[in-house]
Amino acid sequence: MADPYLIGEAMTGGYGGADILHACTIAVEKGQIAVIVGPNGAGKSTAMKAVFGMLKLRAGHVKLDGEDITALTPQARVAKGMGFVPQTHNIFTSLTVEENLEMGAFIRRDDFKDTMAQVYDLFPILKQKRLQPAGELSGGQRQQVAVGRALMTQPKVLMLDEPTAGVSPIVMDELFDRIIEVARTGISILMVEQNARQALEIADKGYVLVQGANRYTDTGKALLADPEVRRSFLGG
Amino acid sequence: MNRNLALFAGVGLLFVLTGMLQSWNLALSILNLSLISAIMALGVNIQWGYAGLFNTGIMGFTALGGLAVVLVSARPVAEGWAAGGTGILLGLFLGAASIAAAIFAWNRLPKGRMRMLVTLAICVAGFVLYRSVFDPAVVAVEAFNPATAGNIGGLGLTPTLSWPVGGLLAAAAAWVIGKVALGLRSDYLAIATLGIAEIIIAVMKNEDWLARGVKNIIDLPRPWPVPYEVDLQQNIGFTEWATRWGFEATTASSIVVKLMYAGLFVLVLLAVIWLSERALNSPWGRMMRAIRDNEVSAAAMGKDVTKRHLQVFILGSAVVGIAGAMYTSMNGQLTPGEYNPLRFTFLVWVMVIVGGSGNNWGAVLGGLLIGWLWLIVESLGPLVMSGLVAGLAEGPLKSHLIDSAQHMRLLTMGVILLLVLRFSPRGLIPEK
Amino acid sequence: MDILNALVAFLNFVFVPALAYGAQLALGALGVTLIYGILRFSNFAHGDTMAFGTMVTILFTWWFQSMGISFGVLPTALLALPIGIAVTAAFALGTDRAIYRFYRKQKAAPVILVMVSLGVMFVMNGIVRLIIGVDDQNFADGGRFLISAGDFKEMTGLAEGLAIKSTQAVTVVTAFAVMIALFWFLQKTRTGKSMRAFSDNEDLALLSGINPDRVVQVTWIIAAALATIAGVLYGLDKSFKPFVYFQLLLPIFAAAIVGGLGSPIGAIAGGFVIAFSEVMVTYAWKKVVTYLVPESMAPEGLLQLMGTDYKFAVSFAILILVLIFMPTGLFKGKSV
Repeated sequence: MADPYLIGEAMTGGYGGADILHACTIAVEKGQIAVIVGPNGAGKSTAMKAVFGMLKLRAGHVKLDGEDITALTPQARVAKGMGFVPQTHNIFTSLTVEENLEMGAFIRRDDFKDTMAQVYDLFPILKQKRLQPAGELSGGQRQQVAVGRALMTQPKVLMLDEPTAGVSPIVMDELFDRIIEVARTGISILMVEQNARQALEIADKGYVLVQGANRYTDTGKALLADPEVRRSFLGG
Repeated sequence: MNRNLALFAGVGLLFVLTGMLQSWNLALSILNLSLISAIMALGVNIQWGYAGLFNTGIMGFTALGGLAVVLVSARPVAEGWAAGGTGILLGLFLGAASIAAAIFAWNRLPKGRMRMLVTLAICVAGFVLYRSVFDPAVVAVEAFNPATAGNIGGLGLTPTLSWPVGGLLAAAAAWVIGKVALGLRSDYLAIATLGIAEIIIAVMKNEDWLARGVKNIIDLPRPWPVPYEVDLQQNIGFTEWATRWGFEATTASSIVVKLMYAGLFVLVLLAVIWLSERALNSPWGRMMRAIRDNEVSAAAMGKDVTKRHLQVFILGSAVVGIAGAMYTSMNGQLTPGEYNPLRFTFLVWVMVIVGGSGNNWGAVLGGLLIGWLWLIVESLGPLVMSGLVAGLAEGPLKSHLIDSAQHMRLLTMGVILLLVLRFSPRGLIPEK
Repeated sequence: MDILNALVAFLNFVFVPALAYGAQLALGALGVTLIYGILRFSNFAHGDTMAFGTMVTILFTWWFQSMGISFGVLPTALLALPIGIAVTAAFALGTDRAIYRFYRKQKAAPVILVMVSLGVMFVMNGIVRLIIGVDDQNFADGGRFLISAGDFKEMTGLAEGLAIKSTQAVTVVTAFAVMIALFWFLQKTRTGKSMRAFSDNEDLALLSGINPDRVVQVTWIIAAALATIAGVLYGLDKSFKPFVYFQLLLPIFAAAIVGGLGSPIGAIAGGFVIAFSEVMVTYAWKKVVTYLVPESMAPEGLLQLMGTDYKFAVSFAILILVLIFMPTGLFKGKSV
């Protein structure tokens, strides 16, 4: 089997002090959705940041489309086609929605009108509010701005760190729908989720991390069906 | 520890060399000013080193100390007092009372437009009342013999008393400014203190009734036991003693006076160090440093960070105020025009940073070293500069360069500060 | 009752001077607020940057004057201004490269950067005094008045004159042109937007591929240009004295904080708030009031709230009120 489109293989490392990740492997295939779940402090976000190059790995490597990108800075990875939506502070609150999208496209020197139109098609509410400061939007709308900003570089992989943190269940469902839509356009999605059950429902692949190491890895459906996983991580 | 002793010995050597190569009079006057600077640096170190508070109003607290000397020890001007003393006091009281009333109203009334209007009305009425009582009294005081007096004078008490009073005045000002600016981000305290210092100087320059403003107060009495040179020179015993040691009587008298001052200053310096070291190593000092190193976790542990900061800010400012009083006492005159923030605020900062912030001995070393450097450049600078430009043809450029040598020291201080911050941010004697 | 004369006296002694002074403060505060927004510290060297830029401009003005170059009715200093800006910007970029960059890479605390800016302030202070000395320098030339008080009286037949110095007109026109250009730059250009984005959320800006070094460099260039323009306009309007420029730091910081640190529009509003309060509180209102009330009620005193020597107290008092009642300023700047 060929390598997955994006893979962080046997990653070991932390923020300078003790290791947080222990030979952790995360991967996502083209156009699929991979979800990282696990208890608090399992290193979910850390694993994501490691894939994006925001912490130094002591061992293991990250490959994008077969190319080793372990040594690249996050900015260089953006240029290679990776998009990242942080969990918090993921929009420019004082800039308008449109300016947020423009800043997302900052590294692009070509015309990005089409991409912006696509983002507006995906998130119609943003087109309505495009001249409003993003900080004045509701929580769900802000997340849409954040995802839209990351999409502006036309990434091949979109990485989302808990996109539904702090939004209401209805908004959460809508966001998941949108994420599926994004995946359908051929963009691979890698996300960390606190709402494990809902996330695994839409996931092609699920990773259950415990203490910085892989505990279970399977398709989303299989994990949801596994009684062991259900009992320990999905609350029965 | 040996390294520290060596550093102090090195600085001591600088003073000795100055005495031997230039003159002992110069060396001692530099020493006295440096000792005062060292005490100021100690005060600043209490604020910065213990608590991380950035005070840029040192000049103002120094000047308040100087004002205290006038108010405590200058001869009272009875006619001035009689003319308007009570009016001025009453006016000031009315002003303070209306501010207090405004604050009281603001705190007690329910939120809304009514509260705004009432507070504003109290302020306006208070201001009118204050001016109507205060202004005529000031005119009356300043009218009396403006060439030599025109002020209310002091209390005529013993000058030594003025030093602690200077500390109290500075502490009171620090309380007001700290109440407002502490608890906000660190730059705000810096800007607020910069402002209050300018205002204190403006008041001292312009309120002639208080300390004659820019007309200056001269002939302030000396603190016990410092004698006057004239008295020494007329003392037969002293002149004989001086000639036996091979000194001229005038030189000897001035050296003795300076030595007396130096002794007094060293006593105060040692007392301040002793107290600060005790405080630093007490539970209170450990708590202060804990707060400095991590304000958030200290606050989470239930420490009232703002209140602690206020304490330390007041203490540090009081030390600066005492030093300011000593400075004016030694000069024997108060000249508000000489207070310049570069010399009285930022130079002290250079001393603290160079010496080692967080370490009392470091602050003292920095005070002595930078104090020496600052003053020696004043006397040596033009000399060196004229040597440097000796080859140049006579002309406007040459004289301009020689004239501007004194500004070289601002440049030098800036460069020293930047170099220390960059390459040795913990200073000569780092915090333990 | 003579409302017209009262109005003219008000315009002449309060409005016009405060407008010019406010424009100068606003330009200074814009520089402080930009540095604060992008580099995240209060730059204590800003007053001395103003003095430095003005000094360079004065030197070139003198050189132009000695060569017989003039700018007609406009002050020659305006011709020398671009050179002053270029030299100051180069100096600012040099200090950033040699000094500030080190601390930025280290992610040093803001208060350390403030202290570093003190060091830079000392150095600039020394350089300015070394080169041009500490004395007053008057370098305004060209036409003296746009309208002189005499002409105005003749034209209108009023008892009160309205004088508008050409330097005041130059100040206001230049300042507004500069402000409009700056806002156009920040709102409409790619670089300007990236600066706002960087100021808003540094991490996300880095993630978006915005080059921090470039943002910082552009900020220094703009801040140096603003400082030089503000300094030259102030010097033309009043006179140039290094120590006075150092003291301007207080009203400038007050303006930036009143408006909300980090907010450009706030800096402008703050500049005018401070300038108008300062002029109105220290102006003796006797003349204006005498025109307004019946003769029998004419005031005896000067009706001056505070002596002009206390003008710093005004900016300080406003600063304190803002710190107490709205620490983020009028336009919601950053308080932490």
